[in-house]
Amino acid sequence: MANNNAPLLEMKNIQKSFYGNQVLNDINITLNEGDVLGLCGENGAGKTTLMKILFGMEEIAETGGYGGEICFNGEKVDFKSPFDALNAGIGMVHQEFSLIPGFTATENILLNREPLKRNVISEVFGDRLNTLNYNEMTGRAENAIEKMGFKIDPKMVIADMPVGHKQFTEIARELSKENLRLLILDEPTAVLTESEADALLQSIKSMSERGVAVIFVTHRLEEIMTVCNKVVVMRDGLVVMDTRAEDTDVKKITKAMVGRDVESVDNKSVGTDETAETIMSIKNLWVDMPGETVRNVSLDVKKGEILGIGGLAGQGKLGVPNGIMGLYEAGGTVVFKGNEIPLNSPRKCLDSNIAFVSEDRRGVGLLLDETLEWNIAFPAMQIQNKFLKKLFGGLIKWRDEKAIKEVTDKYIDELQIKCTSSKQKAKELSGGNQQKICLAKSFALEPEFLFASEPTRGIDVGAKSLVLEALRKLNKEKGVTVVVISSELEELRGVCDRIAIVSGGEVAGILPASKSSEEFGQLMVSKVI
Amino acid sequence: MKNIIEFLKKNIVPIMFIIICSICVPISGFSVTYMINEVMTRLTRNAFLILSLLIPIMAGMGLNFGMTLGAMAGEIAIVLVSDWQIWGIPAIVLACIFSIPISILLGLFCGKMLNMAKSREMVTSYIISFFMNGIYMLLMLYAMGPIIPIKHTSIKLPRGYGIRNTVSMLNNRQCIDNALAFSVGGVKIPVLTLLIIAAMCLFIIWFRKTKLGQDMRAVGQDMEVARSAGIDVEKTRIIAMVISTVMAGFGMVLYVQNLSSFSTYSSHSNVGMFAIAALLVGGASVDKASIGNVFLGVILFHTLFIVAPTVGTKITGDSMVGEYFRVFISYAVITIALIMYEIKKRQQKSNAGKLLAEAQNKEEQ
Amino acid sequence: MKERIKNIIAEFGISRLIIVGFILFMFALAPVSGNKISTLLSNVANRFAWNGLLVLSMVPMIHSGCGLNFGLPLEIEAGLLGVTIAIEMGFTGNEAFLAALTIATPFAILFGTLYGFLLNKIKGGEMMIATYVGFSAVSLMCIGWVMLPFKNPVIVWGYTGKGLRTMISIENYYYEVLSGFLRFKLFGVTIPTGAILFFALIAFGIWAFLHTKTGTAMTAVGSNPTFAKAAGINIDRIRMLSVILSTWIAAIGIINYQQGFGYVQLYTAPYSMAMPAVAAILLGGASVNKASISNVIIGTILYQAIVTTTPNVINSLINLDISDVIRIIVSNGVILFALTRKIEEPKK
Repeated sequence: MANNNAPLLEMKNIQKSFYGNQVLNDINITLNEGDVLGLCGENGAGKTTLMKILFGMEEIAETGGYGGEICFNGEKVDFKSPFDALNAGIGMVHQEFSLIPGFTATENILLNREPLKRNVISEVFGDRLNTLNYNEMTGRAENAIEKMGFKIDPKMVIADMPVGHKQFTEIARELSKENLRLLILDEPTAVLTESEADALLQSIKSMSERGVAVIFVTHRLEEIMTVCNKVVVMRDGLVVMDTRAEDTDVKKITKAMVGRDVESVDNKSVGTDETAETIMSIKNLWVDMPGETVRNVSLDVKKGEILGIGGLAGQGKLGVPNGIMGLYEAGGTVVFKGNEIPLNSPRKCLDSNIAFVSEDRRGVGLLLDETLEWNIAFPAMQIQNKFLKKLFGGLIKWRDEKAIKEVTDKYIDELQIKCTSSKQKAKELSGGNQQKICLAKSFALEPEFLFASEPTRGIDVGAKSLVLEALRKLNKEKGVTVVVISSELEELRGVCDRIAIVSGGEVAGILPASKSSEEFGQLMVSKVI
Repeated sequence: MKNIIEFLKKNIVPIMFIIICSICVPISGFSVTYMINEVMTRLTRNAFLILSLLIPIMAGMGLNFGMTLGAMAGEIAIVLVSDWQIWGIPAIVLACIFSIPISILLGLFCGKMLNMAKSREMVTSYIISFFMNGIYMLLMLYAMGPIIPIKHTSIKLPRGYGIRNTVSMLNNRQCIDNALAFSVGGVKIPVLTLLIIAAMCLFIIWFRKTKLGQDMRAVGQDMEVARSAGIDVEKTRIIAMVISTVMAGFGMVLYVQNLSSFSTYSSHSNVGMFAIAALLVGGASVDKASIGNVFLGVILFHTLFIVAPTVGTKITGDSMVGEYFRVFISYAVITIALIMYEIKKRQQKSNAGKLLAEAQNKEEQ
Repeated sequence: MKERIKNIIAEFGISRLIIVGFILFMFALAPVSGNKISTLLSNVANRFAWNGLLVLSMVPMIHSGCGLNFGLPLEIEAGLLGVTIAIEMGFTGNEAFLAALTIATPFAILFGTLYGFLLNKIKGGEMMIATYVGFSAVSLMCIGWVMLPFKNPVIVWGYTGKGLRTMISIENYYYEVLSGFLRFKLFGVTIPTGAILFFALIAFGIWAFLHTKTGTAMTAVGSNPTFAKAAGINIDRIRMLSVILSTWIAAIGIINYQQGFGYVQLYTAPYSMAMPAVAAILLGGASVNKASISNVIIGTILYQAIVTTTPNVINSLINLDISDVIRIIVSNGVILFALTRKIEEPKK
């Protein structure tokens, strides 16, 4: 069965597209027993999709499957579900914990694989009435923890554990699987303290000595240099670097990650006018936005500029606008045009003429079940009393359907929104057109200051350039200060004057958009936690 | 000190009840023997029913308002057994056996429905109990007689079909309670019933240690994680409902043999509400309940139940006030428990923000 | 053409088509069973006039995302307090009706505020808690009806002189004050014009309210609370307003119900008022977070048609009185159906 001469894993010509959008192009990766592969790349480079394909996640099949061929252990495989992958000996530790909070480490390590004891009742009613063999469970869990090389208390309940120990519990769970041949770790050190991260690297080494191959996805390049013997860098769905670790260094990897032909960037910005007054000053901002925690951000925004906020996913760049706009609990001070804006109150921000285009279109940005008219007119109606007819001397503020239709039609025209009529429901539009509605909604407020959070996420190329163009136009023609938050550095470099990079919940640095990608790349990984 | 406050906070409902009871019992003027006797009777009558609520809570399905379905199954079985003129312990055993298929059917229905209404389990199971009550009435009022033969006039309505408002099991009166029973200082100890309840408790303790029990706990805490570990979430939840319903059916049979009669069209609803209220009085919450909660709850809740009418009369001079008061208490306890559960869920979310602010302060210092 | 018919059917809902078909079938059977169709229709018209407002009281809370208002019994208590106090104060005849409405209003605002405050604390768990808040309120008021110092012999038990009666006849008060107003017969169908106009008036008020700025905000809060929050809406305040509005409509709704029904029912009667109202609005095509005035009208008519016509017809045909059972099965079946539908959550 097992062919000892063949490599453990061969991924050949892997291709994948989502809705006609090519995200993986001809990926080839080979891995031998005991290899530790460091996989890195910017967000959206395709790492996660590649790992999902390898692990047989259902969403791949649901979106049309993939092209190419995967050989594991010398055999061609096509995993229909993660369970197939698990059975073949592939384990994966995801970024989000997959643990039962009220269970002990032991119970979690052996979840649904508990050793059982037969009894009389189970003979009659079936195997699920076998009792758990607690001694055996403890033994196996301890064994797995031993293998991992980092001591965690097998009897401790997950809810009481420090975050790092939860991560180790997950790793121990994969290690407790006897047939484990390949372990995928998706940013495992993100939640670990320094000493824990060292311990993890140590345990990766010992796994590799035992012949388990590891794919290590991380933004921490030093870690890759410490523990990996192979490095693969992806960018835009392509493998741009595939080499042995000793042949490269952190600098080269960074360059490969972000390095593009710098000249091709079409930056129309004239640069920030350094003498311009500061319109918004953010000091010591913290925001409790799950997955995008902001720890300590201080930042000044100049009047009339387009400021970009970039950074890797999960580092807190999205938390900045969401916190200021009061959607997530926040603390610190924000001064706008000389007045302090109270946090945790969306109304106060909107009253000061600050508008926000949320990255979460469906969740925050739109009333999916209502008409386009409602979506576009609603905030302006509520905040600025627009589109209302005053009856009985202002006693009753009646919705002015005609004015609402007019403004909606105006933006449908201006932003080239494809819809059947202004009465169409927002949920029936495509992603790009929904995004344009979100823009129209904030334009209708005629703001002085606009946060646009991931304005181009998940929309097609045509819509993308239209959205960016609209933002630029707003800035140039109406003098609106715009802050664009995006994961795509190149996009920011195309549209912004200055770009602040958020890393580890803090501002790692602010550079003019004309600086090289490499410099931005170094800032992005500088404070990663 | 902090621990004490924490303890008080967690057990506020039982503590409140202990205080209310310790005020009301002396006012009622009942003798100690009488009280112990009454509480013992009610304990043996209700404990089994309340125990049937534990498994759905374990599986994360909240308070099973659908337990009335099991009670209905038990009642149907009792009606049939009574009509066949079977008496004594065999009648009880037969009724239990007969309730099983009906309970399983109802449990399957309820489980399937609840799988379609995840995160709204409680309100859905509550509506199911009402809906099934309609079907049950249809069966008892119109199908019993013409479709399902009923011979005995003591059970049948005078009009010739349908079941009377109260069905009496006088001939089976406390036949289990009296078996092996003895008396200590005027307090009757129904040994066999207690043994059955003890066996039930042991079953639950054992069940928690089985693979199925472990799966239910996993599903109850996090459905998605359980699913990704390969546990069949839907099936596990349905099994939890079926077990609960079957147990409630047995519980109802035990309940009726103790009371020796039941009101055909309302017993099951009352039984369901009082069982849930008692469990919550014992300190259980929507997501956590233990056998200890069952017994503490049954004792406290029914102590109050026994004394409420008398105390009400003594204080207000009106006999109805006490009656209304105990209904109010049952509803209020359930309301408070539900509110506390929701508030707790929201509090957990807001804690993270405080931690962040603290962390920044520390850094600055 | 086929497409269009399909669309119309889909919009109306297959389940509702079945129910309409069933009702038509019952009406077709009516002559066979010896019932006059005109009597049956009069019945439906009458019941619609009694119940319309109670069903309408669901609308504001559904709009603001508080879900189906199972707490209706609590709100009804406000109306009952209004009536009993008005009678106690000695109002008679039609004045008593106006007095009851007036006195009920502050109670409705008070109850609504408390109830709204509670519901804001437990967002997401409204329906179950509302049910039990309603029940707790009814059982607490049961004690209240016994203990409160009412004296008027019309409403107090005759032999003890204290504690309110369970049923109070309003024959000499405001019986049919609205239903009798401008009543006329059309093809033998009696139309209680006054009561329908009263319903229309309040319904118009709600419709108009939903077209104002605040009303628009209310709909948005129910449609997507996060969107509303991001647009600077104070969600808690809007929800509170919707609850108070619901409470007030329910309070006057029960008084309107009494003027048609002829009795004030105290004590445990409000327990069973929530389910029919919830079922009716769902039957009219509302969902857990969307409802319109037309849902109320269609729903109330359909629901009342089922629960009044079916038992009548069946009773005459096979001599079986199953009105209660039908009511229970239909109302809870409809609610169950609505609860087990997949609702697209605005946010995970």
